[in-house]
Order: sequence, then C-alpha cells, then structure tokens
Amino acid sequence: MIPLVKLLEAALFASPRPIPVDELKALAPEASPAEIAAALDALREHYDVDGHGVELAEIGGGWQILTRAEYTEAIERAQLAARPQRLSAAALETLAIIAYRQPIGRTEVEEIRGVAVGSILKSLQERALIDVVGRAEGLGRPLLYGTTSLFLEQFALRHLEELPRADELAIALRPAPQPL
Amino acid sequence: MSDAVIAQAADGAVADDGSPELPAGFVVDLPAYSGPLDLLLSLIRDEKVDIYDIPIARIAKQFLSRIRMLQLNDAAEYLELAARLLRIKAQLLLPRHGEAETWEDPRAELVRRLLEYQQMREVVDILERRGDDRRSRFARAYLPESSEVIAAPLALSLSELLTAVDRILRVTREPTVHTVVARTLDVAGAIAAVRSLIAERRAARWGDLVARDAEPWQILSMLLALLELAKLGELRLAQPRPFASVEILHDTPGEAA
Repeated sequence: MIPLVKLLEAALFASPRPIPVDELKALAPEASPAEIAAALDALREHYDVDGHGVELAEIGGGWQILTRAEYTEAIERAQLAARPQRLSAAALETLAIIAYRQPIGRTEVEEIRGVAVGSILKSLQERALIDVVGRAEGLGRPLLYGTTSLFLEQFALRHLEELPRADELAIALRPAPQPL
Repeated sequence: MSDAVIAQAADGAVADDGSPELPAGFVVDLPAYSGPLDLLLSLIRDEKVDIYDIPIARIAKQFLSRIRMLQLNDAAEYLELAARLLRIKAQLLLPRHGEAETWEDPRAELVRRLLEYQQMREVVDILERRGDDRRSRFARAYLPESSEVIAAPLALSLSELLTAVDRILRVTREPTVHTVVARTLDVAGAIAAVRSLIAERRAARWGDLVARDAEPWQILSMLLALLELAKLGELRLAQPRPFASVEILHDTPGEAA
C-alpha cells in the first residue's frame, strides 16, 4: 500500500463516524482530489479482494470502515457490540415523509399519515435523525423539519438523492390537486 | 389481516352491499396499524378492490367493523376517517345535478391520500432495507444510542467462583465471638417489691425501686414487673415529658385503664 492509502486507513480506523471527503483532503493537503479518490478505491479493493473482515463504505457523504454483515451475528452473540434498535413503523413513516418533503411542517406530515405525530417528531429529533431547519411563513410560523447527516448514516445513504425520486417509485402520484 | 377474512372474501360470501357478520368468538392475530390510512389500505388489499373505484359502502362498513374488532373506538383518528368514509358514501347516494363533466367523484380526495400514503409506505420499505443493511454492520467504536449498558450474562467456571469466594473471605476480619450467658430474671420478686412499696405510698419513682448499682437482670426484672402490674391495673406509669423520670402511681381498683 502506498503511504496515502495507509494514512487514510489509519484515519478511517480512528474515527467512529464517517469521515467527509473534505476532511480526508485536509488530512493530506498535498494530495489532489483524484489521488484521494484513487487511494480510497485502492483501500476498498484491498479489503474486498484480499478478504478482510471489514469493508470500506461510502455513507452520509463520507467514508467509514464497517464490519462485514456476515460477522454481525457472531459479534452480537459475544456481546461485543449490539445492533441499534429498529425504528417503529410510525417513526419510519414519519421519517420517510420528512426525507421526501423537507422542509416540512408537522401539520403536513400529519395530513399524509392521518395521525398526530408530535411525540414522534420529538423522539426523532432526540435521536438526531431530524432537526428543525427553519420556520414556515404564515400563521404561528410553524417549525419546519428536515433530515440530518445521522439519518443518512443510519440508513446507509450516501446522500438524499440516493433515495428513488418520487416519480420513480412503483406508485407514481397523479399531479396533486393542490401543492402540499 | 387474518387468513379467515380473506378466505371469506374469496368464497364470495361478501356481497357487494355489505360484509358478512363475523362469527362470535372470532379470533385473529391483531396486526398493529400505524394509522387509519394503514388500516384502510390493508382493507382494500384484503378485499382486492380497485383503489380507483372503491366500493365505499362496503369498505366503510368493513372499516367500522374492524375498528370495533380492534377496539380502536377511542382512537379519534380512526373515527375521523370512518366519518369521512360515511360522508363520501352519503355524497355518492345524492342525486347528481347538472352536467356530468362538472361532477367530481367524492372519492377523489381519498384516493389521492391513499396513493400518497402508499407511496410513502414504499419509501418506508426502502428505508427499512437500508436501515437493516446499516444495522448489520458495525463501525469501530460503535456506541449504542441508548446509554443503558446491557449486562452480560454471568459466565464463569466453578474454580473462578471459588477463587472469588476465597478472596472475599480472606479480606473479611475474623468475626468477634460473643458468649451469651442466660441469666434468670426475678420478675416475681420484683413484683412483690413494687407491691410492698406502693402499698405504703401513693407515688414512687424509678429511682426508688432500682438501686444505682443494680445489675442488668435486676433492672430488667423491675421493668417487666412494672409493666405487668400496669397491665393488671394495680398501678399507673406516667412520664411528664420525654426522658423525665418515670412516676409510678398507685392505682385504685376500678380506675384501671
């Protein structure tokens, strides 16, 4: 491995969170973006081809070393690490709406889901999956919510655009009578 | 939903104008619905009806019966949608006035909401898959979101356990052994002494009965004697304030407590 690959590997190993590309660049200021990209490719290939228990994943706009899925059960059985809890269906629905319609207010989410979502918004915000991103115009200037970088991380998304566009989903909506 | 409901529907037992009554004692595994639209959608799926041409009367009736079955009666959101369904049903029953082109299907708004909801459910499926994918891989220094530490089950061999016990026993001090010798109390003698004392004077004090250098057994005998006599009503014990000297008063029979 060339020194740059080793440097990146060491940094990725040290970080518990994905490292954004610009931070990787700051790590090696003399390297060009193309060199960094090539080094990341080399590292990923090294893990994949040489057969390692970890892999390099591009997540939430950054890079992260993760254990391979086939060892999860053994690791969990030995209680070395535990999978985070699954979100409830209600929380996932709320999150899905926010991911697609952000910035969006509570009332609009409730209109789509047909139930009150106040407490779910609060718990999603506490888990740092969503955050207040602004206030709407109009009466009471209601809070608007959007997804966070942790959302991308926990759903293994590189960026929001990785989710299929609304018109690419199996059920494409006919043009709504009024904009939501 | 339950296979039984689907089976009934498939049997053709469901007429267009209504649903069969569920037999008494009908037992189903209640699925958890995340909201009224979820319930309505699963109903439409179970009944295999066209979402663009929902038989409102039948679906409304089924919706209500499921609310009742799931005991969602107190869930305002379910009732709100039920009311909406009934209103659409009523609107469909009204005679149509005017041109056919200007008539708007009262179900249109509901269909739009259902489709929107179903589209969102599709996104939920995607998120669920991606979330599971990410959850199945650990990052280094992964920290669980919850601060609670999961206690590992106890796993140790007998020799480890014995070593631990040994270690604890070694640091524990030799226990101090007290020898307790039983001494007989002379309650009867003390009672006689009290009786003779209060026979000649109306009141006495603790100090009059127990000498300063009394042995513990004498003190205890006197205490028990006084309590016994007080119980028998031969005397009264009084203490004007806490820690004051106890006064022993001769009690006349009949005045007994």
